[in-house]
Amino acid sequence: MSHQIVPQKSYLLVFLCLIGLTLLTTGVAFLNLGPLNTPVALVIAFTKMFLVIYFFMHVRQSSGLVRVTLVAAFFWFALLIAFTMSDYHTRSWTPAPDSWSTTAPATHP
Amino acid sequence: MSDVDLHSENTGLAHQFENLEQQQESDTLGIWLFLVTEIMFFGGVFAAYAIYRWLYFAAFEGGSHILDIRLGAANTIVLLGSSLTMALSVRSAQTGNRRALVFFLIATMILGGVFLGVKAYEYNQKFVEHIVPSLDWAPEGEVLARLAPGGLQHAQLYFFFYFAMTGLHAIHMVIGMGLLLWLVLRARKGGFTPHYFAPVEVVGLYWHFVDIVWIFLFPLLYLIGGRY
Repeated sequence: MSHQIVPQKSYLLVFLCLIGLTLLTTGVAFLNLGPLNTPVALVIAFTKMFLVIYFFMHVRQSSGLVRVTLVAAFFWFALLIAFTMSDYHTRSWTPAPDSWSTTAPATHP
Repeated sequence: MSDVDLHSENTGLAHQFENLEQQQESDTLGIWLFLVTEIMFFGGVFAAYAIYRWLYFAAFEGGSHILDIRLGAANTIVLLGSSLTMALSVRSAQTGNRRALVFFLIATMILGGVFLGVKAYEYNQKFVEHIVPSLDWAPEGEVLARLAPGGLQHAQLYFFFYFAMTGLHAIHMVIGMGLLLWLVLRARKGGFTPHYFAPVEVVGLYWHFVDIVWIFLFPLLYLIGGRY
């Protein structure tokens, strides 16, 4: 995890990149990119996350086991978002039959 | 140098490990597994946010516009700065520089404190503007005009998400500050050496994770306000 010691300069450089990306994403929020505003903000956020994970969290030097663990986490998170959103997006495609209507009278005795 | 020597020289090697390398690998894997559970924990909230933002986008846009984007950006930079000092803390532990280690750990705590201070000011602003869901929900004037188009009930939902997500994040910060204090006290007594600094590394990984959560909260809460 920490066999080589990373020079201070490298950490400073990563930090400056992170600051630059923060200013960029803030600036872009004031531009009208139509439907692209959120994707651009997310791409910048993912880039920042990568910089923090890869350099600050030493994944650059870490073992394959740690990397697989990390990839597994993102895979499960992607599943969570993908299946949830695919459910909500497709609900309106097939309207519920009339017989399921909540206004139907109760049949309990 | 045999493993037996390592154990007897008080290098911080616990008896269940063969050598320092194996111990470090176990420590790192352990904290990463914890962070995986944290990703799923925050992931649930992010997924809920994704659904309701999709359903009530106009309300979320109006709510986001009310937040102070300058404070959000400034706080992001403060938190990234604390990640830098945290990374430098770990580096100081690696090089065995005790003074630098204590200095950077305290700097990390101070930056974390600044972040929480700004957050507290922002929370207070929400009370001033009466946009705290359930507790003090009575938007008026300009704020009301901003929120009305998306529907006030749905705007309230946005602020539920705002407080839940930033609150959850702030609780993690407070826990991190407590861990940093413990590290400072231990580091001052010379508790860490270039051979043994796992607690610094582990707390560092946790701190960087909390920083990453904010990296996503900032655009999702502050930057979707349609300010153009």
